[in-house]
Amino acid sequence: MSVTLCGVELDNPVIPASGTFGYGYEFAQYYDINCLGTFSFKGTTREPRYGNPQPRIAECAGGMLNAVGLQNPGVEKVIAEELPRLKKCFHKPVMANVSGFSVDDYAYTCERLDKEPQVGWLEVNVSCPNVHGGGMSFGTDPAAASAVVRAVKAVTTKPVIVKLTPNVTDIAAMARACEAAGADGLSLINTLQAMRIDLKSRKPLLANVTGGLSGPAVFPVALRMVYQVYEAVSVPIVGVGGVSSAEDVIEMMLAGAAAVEVGAANLTDPWACRDIVRALPGVMEKYGIEDLQDIIGGAHHG
Amino acid sequence: MRQGIFTITENALLAAGAYKMVLTGDTTDVAAPGQFVNIALPGRFLRRPISVCDRSEGRLTLLYKTVGKGTAQMAAMRPGDTLDVLTGLGNGFSLEEAGSTPLLAGGGIGAAPLYWLAKALIARGVRPHAVLGFNRAADVFYADEFAALGCAVTVATADGGAGVRGFVTDAMKGVSYSYVYACGPEAMLRAVWERTTGDGQFSFEARMGCGFGACMGCTRQTTAGPKRVCKDGPVFRKGEILWEA
Repeated sequence: MSVTLCGVELDNPVIPASGTFGYGYEFAQYYDINCLGTFSFKGTTREPRYGNPQPRIAECAGGMLNAVGLQNPGVEKVIAEELPRLKKCFHKPVMANVSGFSVDDYAYTCERLDKEPQVGWLEVNVSCPNVHGGGMSFGTDPAAASAVVRAVKAVTTKPVIVKLTPNVTDIAAMARACEAAGADGLSLINTLQAMRIDLKSRKPLLANVTGGLSGPAVFPVALRMVYQVYEAVSVPIVGVGGVSSAEDVIEMMLAGAAAVEVGAANLTDPWACRDIVRALPGVMEKYGIEDLQDIIGGAHHG
Repeated sequence: MRQGIFTITENALLAAGAYKMVLTGDTTDVAAPGQFVNIALPGRFLRRPISVCDRSEGRLTLLYKTVGKGTAQMAAMRPGDTLDVLTGLGNGFSLEEAGSTPLLAGGGIGAAPLYWLAKALIARGVRPHAVLGFNRAADVFYADEFAALGCAVTVATADGGAGVRGFVTDAMKGVSYSYVYACGPEAMLRAVWERTTGDGQFSFEARMGCGFGACMGCTRQTTAGPKRVCKDGPVFRKGEILWEA
Protein backbone atom coordinates (compact mmCIF):
# COMPACT_ATOMS: atom_id res chain seq x y z
CA MET A 1 0.00 0.00 0.00
CA SER A 2 3.03 2.27 0.24
CA VAL A 3 3.45 5.31 -1.99
CA THR A 4 6.07 8.03 -2.30
CA LEU A 5 5.17 11.68 -1.89
CA CYS A 6 7.90 14.14 -2.94
CA GLY A 7 10.57 11.61 -2.08
CA VAL A 8 9.17 10.67 1.32
CA GLU A 9 7.67 7.21 1.64
CA LEU A 10 4.17 6.80 3.11
CA ASP A 11 2.94 3.43 4.41
CA ASN A 12 -0.31 4.13 2.60
CA PRO A 13 -1.77 7.05 0.64
CA VAL A 14 -4.40 8.04 3.25
CA ILE A 15 -3.91 11.50 4.76
CA PRO A 16 -6.50 13.31 6.96
CA ALA A 17 -6.89 16.80 5.52
CA SER A 18 -6.02 19.99 7.33
CA GLY A 19 -8.76 21.45 9.48
CA THR A 20 -10.55 18.16 10.00
CA PHE A 21 -7.97 16.46 12.20
CA GLY A 22 -6.69 19.15 14.57
CA TYR A 23 -3.14 18.34 15.64
CA GLY A 24 -3.93 14.63 15.75
CA TYR A 25 -4.45 14.02 19.44
CA GLU A 26 -8.23 14.42 19.40
CA PHE A 27 -8.28 11.36 17.15
CA ALA A 28 -5.44 9.50 18.88
CA GLN A 29 -7.85 9.03 21.80
CA TYR A 30 -10.02 6.89 19.53
CA TYR A 31 -7.50 4.93 17.43
CA ASP A 32 -3.76 4.62 16.81
CA ILE A 33 -3.25 7.33 14.21
CA ASN A 34 0.10 5.80 13.22
CA CYS A 35 -1.94 3.62 10.84
CA LEU A 36 -2.22 6.70 8.59
CA GLY A 37 0.14 7.60 5.77
CA THR A 38 0.51 10.97 7.46
CA PHE A 39 -1.88 13.81 8.29
CA SER A 40 -2.01 17.50 7.54
CA PHE A 41 -2.38 19.51 10.71
CA LYS A 42 -4.65 22.49 11.31
CA GLY A 43 -3.83 25.49 9.11
CA THR A 44 -1.26 27.57 10.93
CA THR A 45 -0.64 31.29 10.58
CA ARG A 46 2.05 33.66 11.84
CA GLU A 47 -0.22 35.23 14.48
CA PRO A 48 -2.93 33.52 16.55
CA ARG A 49 -6.38 33.71 14.98
CA TYR A 50 -9.80 33.40 16.60
CA GLY A 51 -11.48 32.90 13.24
CA ASN A 52 -14.95 33.96 12.14
CA PRO A 53 -18.05 34.70 14.26
CA GLN A 54 -20.79 32.10 14.74
CA PRO A 55 -22.42 30.37 13.02
CA ARG A 56 -19.52 28.79 11.14
CA ILE A 57 -21.17 25.55 10.03
CA ALA A 58 -24.04 24.76 7.68
CA GLU A 59 -25.23 21.62 5.96
CA CYS A 60 -26.37 20.75 2.45
CA ALA A 61 -27.23 17.67 0.44
CA GLY A 62 -24.13 15.52 0.31
CA GLY A 63 -21.91 17.78 2.34
CA MET A 64 -21.34 20.74 4.55
CA LEU A 65 -20.16 24.35 4.54
CA ASN A 66 -17.61 25.74 6.95
CA ALA A 67 -16.45 29.27 7.58
CA VAL A 68 -14.08 28.63 10.48
CA GLY A 69 -11.62 31.21 9.18
CA LEU A 70 -8.28 29.62 10.12
CA GLN A 71 -8.71 29.56 13.89
CA ASN A 72 -5.31 28.54 15.25
CA PRO A 73 -2.99 29.47 18.11
CA GLY A 74 -0.28 30.91 15.82
CA VAL A 75 3.02 29.34 14.77
CA GLU A 76 4.93 30.02 18.01
CA LYS A 77 2.37 28.21 20.12
CA VAL A 78 1.99 25.44 17.55
CA ILE A 79 5.75 24.77 17.79
CA ALA A 80 5.90 25.17 21.57
CA GLU A 81 2.72 23.33 22.54
CA GLU A 82 0.97 21.47 19.74
CA LEU A 83 3.94 19.73 18.10
CA PRO A 84 5.30 18.22 21.34
CA ARG A 85 1.81 16.87 22.05
CA LEU A 86 1.51 15.61 18.48
CA LYS A 87 4.86 13.84 18.78
CA LYS A 88 3.54 11.69 21.62
CA CYS A 89 0.76 10.20 19.49
CA PHE A 90 2.18 10.32 15.95
CA HIS A 91 5.63 8.99 15.10
CA LYS A 92 5.84 9.63 11.37
CA PRO A 93 6.62 12.81 9.44
CA VAL A 94 3.61 15.13 9.55
CA MET A 95 2.39 17.60 6.95
CA ALA A 96 2.46 21.20 8.18
CA ASN A 97 -0.37 23.27 6.69
CA VAL A 98 0.43 26.98 6.50
CA SER A 99 -1.63 30.01 5.55
CA GLY A 100 -0.95 33.71 5.53
CA PHE A 101 -2.00 37.24 4.69
CA SER A 102 1.15 38.36 2.92
CA VAL A 103 4.05 36.73 1.07
CA ASP A 104 6.19 37.52 4.09
CA ASP A 105 3.71 35.75 6.41
CA TYR A 106 3.92 32.57 4.38
CA ALA A 107 7.71 32.66 4.24
CA TYR A 108 8.04 33.36 7.98
CA THR A 109 5.66 30.61 9.10
CA CYS A 110 7.07 28.05 6.67
CA GLU A 111 10.64 28.84 7.68
CA ARG A 112 9.77 28.25 11.34
CA LEU A 113 7.98 24.96 10.69
CA ASP A 114 10.62 23.75 8.21
CA LYS A 115 13.09 23.55 11.11
CA GLU A 116 10.87 21.16 13.07
CA PRO A 117 12.14 17.57 12.67
CA GLN A 118 8.59 16.17 12.80
CA VAL A 119 7.56 18.11 9.71
CA GLY A 120 7.92 16.07 6.52
CA TRP A 121 6.19 18.40 4.08
CA LEU A 122 4.94 21.96 4.06
CA GLU A 123 1.46 22.30 2.62
CA VAL A 124 1.07 25.91 1.59
CA ASN A 125 -2.59 26.86 1.66
CA VAL A 126 -3.22 29.58 -0.91
CA SER A 127 -6.84 28.55 -1.03
CA CYS A 128 -8.75 29.26 2.20
CA PRO A 129 -12.05 30.81 1.05
CA ASN A 130 -13.02 32.06 4.52
CA VAL A 131 -10.50 34.80 5.29
CA HIS A 132 -10.28 38.23 3.80
CA GLY A 133 -7.12 39.63 2.27
CA GLY A 134 -5.30 36.30 2.53
CA GLY A 135 -5.66 32.63 1.77
CA MET A 136 -7.56 32.25 -1.46
CA SER A 137 -6.66 35.69 -2.81
CA PHE A 138 -3.15 34.27 -3.37
CA GLY A 139 -4.49 31.14 -5.00
CA THR A 140 -6.67 32.77 -7.64
CA ASP A 141 -3.87 34.78 -9.25
CA PRO A 142 -0.98 32.83 -10.83
CA ALA A 143 1.48 35.68 -10.20
CA ALA A 144 0.53 35.98 -6.50
CA ALA A 145 0.70 32.21 -6.00
CA SER A 146 4.11 32.12 -7.70
CA ALA A 147 5.38 34.86 -5.42
CA VAL A 148 4.32 32.88 -2.34
CA VAL A 149 5.92 29.68 -3.64
CA ARG A 150 9.22 31.39 -4.54
CA ALA A 151 9.40 33.11 -1.15
CA VAL A 152 8.68 29.87 0.71
CA LYS A 153 11.11 27.82 -1.37
CA ALA A 154 13.88 30.36 -0.71
CA VAL A 155 13.74 29.78 3.07
CA THR A 156 12.86 26.09 3.39
CA THR A 157 14.43 22.67 2.77
CA LYS A 158 11.43 20.33 3.00
CA PRO A 159 9.12 19.53 0.08
CA VAL A 160 6.62 22.32 -0.53
CA ILE A 161 3.12 21.21 -1.58
CA VAL A 162 0.84 24.02 -2.68
CA LYS A 163 -2.84 23.56 -1.85
CA LEU A 164 -4.97 24.94 -4.66
CA THR A 165 -8.46 26.38 -4.67
CA PRO A 166 -11.12 25.14 -7.09
CA ASN A 167 -12.56 28.66 -7.21
CA VAL A 168 -10.71 29.55 -10.41
CA THR A 169 -11.47 29.44 -14.10
CA ASP A 170 -8.37 27.47 -15.04
CA ILE A 171 -6.92 25.21 -12.36
CA ALA A 172 -4.29 23.86 -14.77
CA ALA A 173 -2.88 27.36 -15.28
CA MET A 174 -2.60 27.83 -11.50
CA ALA A 175 -0.92 24.44 -11.20
CA ARG A 176 1.61 25.25 -13.94
CA ALA A 177 2.42 28.60 -12.34
CA CYS A 178 3.12 26.95 -8.97
CA GLU A 179 5.23 24.23 -10.56
CA ALA A 180 7.24 26.82 -12.48
CA ALA A 181 7.81 28.76 -9.24
CA GLY A 182 9.35 25.69 -7.64
CA ALA A 183 6.50 23.79 -5.95
CA ASP A 184 7.48 20.20 -5.20
CA GLY A 185 3.88 19.04 -5.25
CA LEU A 186 0.30 20.24 -5.40
CA SER A 187 -2.74 19.34 -3.32
CA LEU A 188 -6.22 19.96 -4.60
CA ILE A 189 -8.92 20.90 -4.03
CA ASN A 190 -9.67 23.15 -1.09
CA THR A 191 -13.37 23.83 -0.49
CA LEU A 192 -15.72 25.38 -3.04
CA GLN A 193 -17.07 28.80 -2.14
CA ALA A 194 -20.74 28.37 -1.28
CA MET A 195 -23.61 29.71 0.82
CA ARG A 196 -26.98 28.95 2.45
CA ILE A 197 -29.81 31.32 3.35
CA ASP A 198 -32.03 30.88 6.41
CA LEU A 199 -35.68 31.01 5.33
CA LYS A 200 -36.92 32.35 8.66
CA SER A 201 -34.50 35.27 8.98
CA ARG A 202 -34.07 35.62 5.17
CA LYS A 203 -30.38 36.16 5.82
CA PRO A 204 -27.23 34.19 4.98
CA LEU A 205 -26.97 31.33 7.43
CA LEU A 206 -23.22 31.70 7.95
CA ALA A 207 -22.04 34.83 9.76
CA ASN A 208 -19.27 35.08 7.15
CA VAL A 209 -22.01 35.01 4.46
CA THR A 210 -20.06 32.44 2.41
CA GLY A 211 -18.29 29.28 3.43
CA GLY A 212 -16.39 26.42 1.87
CA LEU A 213 -18.31 23.41 0.59
CA SER A 214 -16.84 19.97 1.30
CA GLY A 215 -18.03 16.39 1.53
CA PRO A 216 -19.08 13.78 -1.03
CA ALA A 217 -20.85 16.48 -3.10
CA VAL A 218 -17.48 17.89 -4.22
CA PHE A 219 -15.77 14.57 -5.01
CA PRO A 220 -16.49 14.57 -8.78
CA VAL A 221 -15.30 18.20 -9.03
CA ALA A 222 -12.09 17.38 -7.19
CA LEU A 223 -11.56 14.30 -9.32
CA ARG A 224 -11.99 16.30 -12.53
CA MET A 225 -9.50 18.92 -11.38
CA VAL A 226 -6.92 16.32 -10.30
CA TYR A 227 -7.32 14.72 -13.74
CA GLN A 228 -6.76 18.07 -15.51
CA VAL A 229 -3.82 19.07 -13.33
CA TYR A 230 -2.16 15.66 -13.83
CA GLU A 231 -2.05 16.42 -17.55
CA ALA A 232 -0.63 19.89 -16.92
CA VAL A 233 2.26 19.26 -14.50
CA SER A 234 4.82 16.61 -13.62
CA VAL A 235 5.05 17.18 -9.84
CA PRO A 236 3.09 14.79 -7.60
CA ILE A 237 -0.52 15.61 -6.77
CA VAL A 238 -2.38 15.02 -3.51
CA GLY A 239 -6.05 14.48 -4.35
CA VAL A 240 -8.48 16.10 -1.89
CA GLY A 241 -12.23 16.61 -1.89
CA GLY A 242 -15.11 14.48 -0.70
CA VAL A 243 -13.09 11.27 -0.39
CA SER A 244 -14.89 8.93 2.00
CA SER A 245 -14.06 5.35 1.00
CA ALA A 246 -11.19 3.17 -0.19
CA GLU A 247 -12.86 3.12 -3.62
CA ASP A 248 -12.69 6.93 -3.70
CA VAL A 249 -8.96 6.73 -2.90
CA ILE A 250 -8.38 4.40 -5.85
CA GLU A 251 -10.47 6.64 -8.13
CA MET A 252 -8.46 9.72 -7.11
CA MET A 253 -5.21 7.86 -7.79
CA LEU A 254 -6.44 6.75 -11.21
CA ALA A 255 -7.14 10.43 -11.95
CA GLY A 256 -3.54 11.25 -11.08
CA ALA A 257 -3.16 11.55 -7.30
CA ALA A 258 0.02 10.17 -5.69
CA ALA A 259 -1.68 10.35 -2.28
CA VAL A 260 -5.16 11.26 -1.09
CA GLU A 261 -6.46 13.50 1.67
CA VAL A 262 -9.69 12.79 3.51
CA GLY A 263 -11.49 15.79 5.03
CA ALA A 264 -15.16 16.11 5.92
CA ALA A 265 -15.53 12.33 6.39
CA ASN A 266 -13.48 12.62 9.61
CA LEU A 267 -16.11 14.91 11.09
CA THR A 268 -19.10 12.63 10.67
CA ASP A 269 -17.15 9.44 11.39
CA PRO A 270 -14.08 9.88 13.62
CA TRP A 271 -12.81 6.46 12.52
CA ALA A 272 -13.23 7.17 8.77
CA CYS A 273 -9.50 7.26 7.89
CA ARG A 274 -8.66 4.16 9.93
CA ASP A 275 -11.48 2.31 8.19
CA ILE A 276 -10.36 3.47 4.74
CA VAL A 277 -6.81 2.22 5.45
CA ARG A 278 -8.25 -1.11 6.62
CA ALA A 279 -10.50 -1.44 3.57
CA LEU A 280 -7.81 -0.53 1.03
CA PRO A 281 -6.13 -3.99 0.63
CA GLY A 282 -9.49 -5.63 -0.06
CA VAL A 283 -10.44 -3.03 -2.66
CA MET A 284 -6.97 -3.31 -4.27
CA GLU A 285 -7.41 -7.06 -4.51
CA LYS A 286 -10.89 -6.70 -5.96
CA TYR A 287 -9.58 -4.51 -8.77
CA GLY A 288 -6.37 -6.47 -9.32
CA ILE A 289 -4.04 -3.77 -7.99
CA GLU A 290 -0.73 -5.07 -6.61
CA ASP A 291 1.17 -1.81 -6.19
CA LEU A 292 -0.63 1.51 -5.73
CA GLN A 293 2.27 3.33 -7.39
CA ASP A 294 1.30 1.58 -10.63
CA ILE A 295 -2.19 3.08 -10.82
CA ILE A 296 -1.33 6.78 -10.36
CA GLY A 297 -2.80 8.55 -13.37
CA GLY A 298 -3.98 5.21 -14.73
CA ALA A 299 -7.12 6.75 -16.22
CA HIS A 300 -4.99 8.81 -18.61
CA HIS A 301 -3.21 5.93 -20.29
CA GLY A 302 -6.19 4.40 -22.11
CA MET B 1 -16.75 8.82 22.95
CA ARG B 2 -18.24 5.68 21.52
CA GLN B 3 -20.15 4.87 18.37
CA GLY B 4 -23.15 2.59 18.77
CA ILE B 5 -26.29 1.44 17.05
CA PHE B 6 -29.31 2.26 19.19
CA THR B 7 -32.85 0.95 18.82
CA ILE B 8 -35.80 3.29 19.29
CA THR B 9 -38.29 1.96 21.85
CA GLU B 10 -40.42 5.08 22.14
CA ASN B 11 -40.79 8.25 20.05
CA ALA B 12 -43.79 10.36 20.96
CA LEU B 13 -45.02 13.94 20.82
CA LEU B 14 -44.54 15.54 24.22
CA ALA B 15 -45.80 19.09 23.61
CA ALA B 16 -46.14 21.37 20.58
CA GLY B 17 -43.19 20.45 18.37
CA ALA B 18 -41.33 18.66 21.18
CA TYR B 19 -40.72 14.93 21.16
CA LYS B 20 -39.46 12.32 23.58
CA MET B 21 -37.33 9.52 22.16
CA VAL B 22 -36.21 6.54 24.20
CA LEU B 23 -33.36 4.43 22.84
CA THR B 24 -31.65 1.23 23.92
CA GLY B 25 -27.98 0.54 23.28
CA ASP B 26 -24.52 0.82 24.80
CA THR B 27 -24.61 3.72 27.26
CA THR B 28 -21.16 3.03 28.79
CA ASP B 29 -19.71 6.37 27.73
CA VAL B 30 -22.70 8.50 28.75
CA ALA B 31 -21.11 9.68 31.96
CA ALA B 32 -22.64 12.93 33.20
CA PRO B 33 -25.77 15.05 32.95
CA GLY B 34 -25.21 17.85 30.46
CA GLN B 35 -23.43 15.63 27.97
CA PHE B 36 -24.89 15.11 24.53
CA VAL B 37 -25.08 12.51 21.78
CA ASN B 38 -24.60 13.06 18.04
CA ILE B 39 -27.05 11.25 15.81
CA ALA B 40 -26.52 10.25 12.18
CA LEU B 41 -29.69 10.41 10.09
CA PRO B 42 -30.12 8.68 6.73
CA GLY B 43 -29.51 11.15 3.90
CA ARG B 44 -28.17 13.93 6.16
CA PHE B 45 -24.45 14.65 6.03
CA LEU B 46 -23.92 16.07 9.51
CA ARG B 47 -24.99 14.41 12.74
CA ARG B 48 -27.58 16.04 15.04
CA PRO B 49 -26.31 16.92 18.51
CA ILE B 50 -29.00 16.28 21.14
CA SER B 51 -28.52 16.57 24.90
CA VAL B 52 -29.22 13.58 27.11
CA CYS B 53 -32.41 14.00 29.17
CA ASP B 54 -31.99 10.79 31.12
CA ARG B 55 -29.82 7.72 31.18
CA SER B 56 -30.00 4.36 32.84
CA GLU B 57 -28.06 1.20 32.07
CA GLY B 58 -28.55 0.57 28.33
CA ARG B 59 -31.27 3.20 28.01
CA LEU B 60 -31.20 6.82 26.85
CA THR B 61 -33.97 9.40 26.88
CA LEU B 62 -33.70 12.36 24.52
CA LEU B 63 -36.07 15.30 24.22
CA TYR B 64 -35.90 17.23 20.98
CA LYS B 65 -37.73 19.97 19.18
CA THR B 66 -38.48 19.78 15.46
CA VAL B 67 -36.62 22.79 14.09
CA GLY B 68 -35.58 21.57 10.65
CA LYS B 69 -35.55 18.66 8.25
CA GLY B 70 -33.28 16.49 10.39
CA THR B 71 -35.36 16.68 13.55
CA ALA B 72 -38.55 16.28 11.46
CA GLN B 73 -37.00 13.07 10.13
CA MET B 74 -36.34 11.95 13.70
CA ALA B 75 -39.97 12.66 14.60
CA ALA B 76 -41.14 10.35 11.80
CA MET B 77 -39.10 7.39 13.11
CA ARG B 78 -40.86 4.45 14.76
CA PRO B 79 -40.10 2.05 17.60
CA GLY B 80 -37.80 -0.67 16.26
CA ASP B 81 -35.95 1.74 13.95
CA THR B 82 -32.22 2.04 14.61
CA LEU B 83 -29.89 5.04 14.79
CA ASP B 84 -26.10 5.42 14.57
CA VAL B 85 -25.19 7.46 17.64
CA LEU B 86 -21.93 8.89 18.98
CA THR B 87 -22.25 8.96 22.77
CA GLY B 88 -20.30 10.50 25.63
CA LEU B 89 -19.79 13.94 24.04
CA GLY B 90 -19.17 17.16 25.95
CA ASN B 91 -18.12 17.87 29.50
CA GLY B 92 -21.43 17.81 31.39
CA PHE B 93 -22.42 19.63 34.58
CA SER B 94 -20.31 19.50 37.69
CA LEU B 95 -22.45 18.70 40.75
CA GLU B 96 -19.99 19.58 43.52
CA GLU B 97 -20.80 23.29 43.70
CA ALA B 98 -24.61 22.97 43.82
CA GLY B 99 -25.08 23.87 47.49
CA SER B 100 -28.32 22.92 49.20
CA THR B 101 -30.88 24.63 46.93
CA PRO B 102 -29.64 25.03 43.35
CA LEU B 103 -31.82 26.67 40.74
CA LEU B 104 -32.29 24.85 37.44
CA ALA B 105 -33.23 27.36 34.74
CA GLY B 106 -34.51 25.75 31.55
CA GLY B 107 -35.57 27.62 28.43
CA GLY B 108 -37.77 25.53 26.13
CA ILE B 109 -36.08 22.33 25.01
CA GLY B 110 -33.13 23.41 27.19
CA ALA B 111 -35.02 21.85 30.10
CA ALA B 112 -34.04 18.40 28.76
CA PRO B 113 -30.54 17.96 30.25
CA LEU B 114 -31.68 19.57 33.53
CA TYR B 115 -33.91 16.56 34.17
CA TRP B 116 -31.02 14.11 34.54
CA LEU B 117 -29.15 16.82 36.46
CA ALA B 118 -32.09 17.18 38.87
CA LYS B 119 -32.16 13.43 39.36
CA ALA B 120 -28.42 13.34 40.07
CA LEU B 121 -28.62 16.26 42.48
CA ILE B 122 -31.55 14.73 44.37
CA ALA B 123 -29.56 11.50 44.66
CA ARG B 124 -26.94 13.57 46.51
CA GLY B 125 -29.52 14.86 48.95
CA VAL B 126 -29.89 18.24 47.28
CA ARG B 127 -33.33 19.72 46.55
CA PRO B 128 -33.25 21.77 43.34
CA HIS B 129 -35.83 24.30 42.22
CA ALA B 130 -36.64 23.99 38.51
CA VAL B 131 -37.79 27.12 36.71
CA LEU B 132 -38.95 26.15 33.23
CA GLY B 133 -39.75 28.78 30.62
CA PHE B 134 -41.87 28.26 27.49
CA ASN B 135 -43.64 30.43 24.94
CA ARG B 136 -47.18 29.09 25.42
CA ALA B 137 -49.10 26.58 27.54
CA ALA B 138 -49.09 24.13 24.61
CA ASP B 139 -45.27 24.10 24.68
CA VAL B 140 -44.96 23.07 28.32
CA PHE B 141 -43.44 19.67 29.00
CA TYR B 142 -41.86 17.74 31.88
CA ALA B 143 -43.14 20.06 34.67
CA ASP B 144 -44.81 17.03 36.27
CA GLU B 145 -41.76 14.84 35.70
CA PHE B 146 -39.49 17.34 37.48
CA ALA B 147 -42.02 17.56 40.34
CA ALA B 148 -42.18 13.77 40.56
CA LEU B 149 -38.42 13.68 41.17
CA GLY B 150 -38.96 15.88 44.21
CA CYS B 151 -38.05 19.26 42.71
CA ALA B 152 -39.88 22.48 43.42
CA VAL B 153 -41.14 23.53 39.98
CA THR B 154 -42.14 26.95 38.63
CA VAL B 155 -43.37 27.25 35.07
CA ALA B 156 -43.28 30.51 33.14
CA THR B 157 -44.92 31.19 29.78
CA ALA B 158 -44.29 34.27 27.69
CA ASP B 159 -48.02 34.68 26.95
CA GLY B 160 -49.14 33.85 30.48
CA GLY B 161 -51.09 30.79 29.33
CA ALA B 162 -49.60 28.66 32.10
CA GLY B 163 -47.77 29.47 35.32
CA VAL B 164 -46.06 32.82 35.74
CA ARG B 165 -46.48 35.28 32.87
CA GLY B 166 -43.11 36.18 31.43
CA PHE B 167 -39.66 34.65 31.07
CA VAL B 168 -37.56 32.36 33.24
CA THR B 169 -35.99 35.45 34.79
CA ASP B 170 -39.45 36.71 35.85
CA ALA B 171 -40.20 33.36 37.47
CA MET B 172 -36.81 33.46 39.26
CA LYS B 173 -37.80 36.59 41.19
CA GLY B 174 -38.28 35.77 44.84
CA VAL B 175 -36.70 32.33 44.55
CA SER B 176 -33.69 32.00 46.79
CA TYR B 177 -31.02 29.64 45.52
CA SER B 178 -27.50 28.49 46.29
CA TYR B 179 -26.27 28.09 42.70
CA VAL B 180 -27.57 28.23 39.11
CA TYR B 181 -27.59 25.62 36.37
CA ALA B 182 -29.04 26.95 33.11
CA CYS B 183 -29.71 25.57 29.65
CA GLY B 184 -31.65 27.22 26.85
CA PRO B 185 -31.40 29.69 23.98
CA GLU B 186 -28.51 32.15 24.14
CA ALA B 187 -30.73 35.19 24.89
CA MET B 188 -32.27 33.34 27.83
CA LEU B 189 -28.87 32.21 29.13
CA ARG B 190 -27.61 35.75 28.95
CA ALA B 191 -30.64 37.11 30.83
CA VAL B 192 -30.18 34.51 33.57
CA TRP B 193 -26.41 35.16 33.65
CA GLU B 194 -26.97 38.91 34.08
CA ARG B 195 -29.48 38.46 36.90
CA THR B 196 -27.59 35.80 38.84
CA THR B 197 -25.59 37.17 41.73
CA GLY B 198 -23.98 33.90 42.74
CA ASP B 199 -22.06 31.37 40.69
CA GLY B 200 -23.37 28.91 38.16
CA GLN B 201 -22.95 26.77 35.07
CA PHE B 202 -24.51 27.49 31.69
CA SER B 203 -25.00 24.98 28.89
CA PHE B 204 -24.81 26.32 25.34
CA GLU B 205 -26.16 25.29 21.97
CA ALA B 206 -24.15 25.64 18.78
CA ARG B 207 -24.14 24.60 15.16
CA MET B 208 -21.54 21.87 15.19
CA GLY B 209 -19.50 20.17 12.52
CA CYS B 210 -18.08 17.16 14.31
CA GLY B 211 -19.22 17.34 17.95
CA PHE B 212 -15.94 15.98 19.31
CA GLY B 213 -13.46 18.83 19.08
CA ALA B 214 -11.89 18.42 15.65
CA CYS B 215 -13.28 21.08 13.35
CA MET B 216 -13.40 24.34 15.37
CA GLY B 217 -16.89 24.91 13.95
CA CYS B 218 -18.56 25.73 17.29
CA THR B 219 -15.85 27.84 18.95
CA ARG B 220 -16.88 30.70 21.25
CA GLN B 221 -14.71 33.27 22.93
CA THR B 222 -14.25 32.94 26.71
CA THR B 223 -12.22 34.73 29.36
CA ALA B 224 -9.68 31.89 28.99
CA GLY B 225 -9.48 32.19 25.19
CA PRO B 226 -11.35 30.40 22.41
CA LYS B 227 -13.19 27.26 23.52
CA ARG B 228 -15.09 24.59 21.64
CA VAL B 229 -18.73 24.26 22.73
CA CYS B 230 -18.68 20.56 21.79
CA LYS B 231 -15.51 19.52 23.59
CA ASP B 232 -14.63 22.15 26.22
CA GLY B 233 -18.40 22.70 26.80
CA PRO B 234 -21.29 22.63 26.28
CA VAL B 235 -21.31 23.59 29.96
CA PHE B 236 -19.32 26.72 30.84
CA ARG B 237 -18.70 28.34 34.21
CA LYS B 238 -20.38 31.67 34.80
CA GLY B 239 -17.04 33.44 35.15
CA GLU B 240 -15.58 32.26 31.85
CA ILE B 241 -18.52 33.27 29.65
CA LEU B 242 -18.22 36.22 27.27
CA TRP B 243 -21.16 37.53 25.28
CA GLU B 244 -21.02 38.96 21.79
CA ALA B 245 -21.87 42.65 21.75
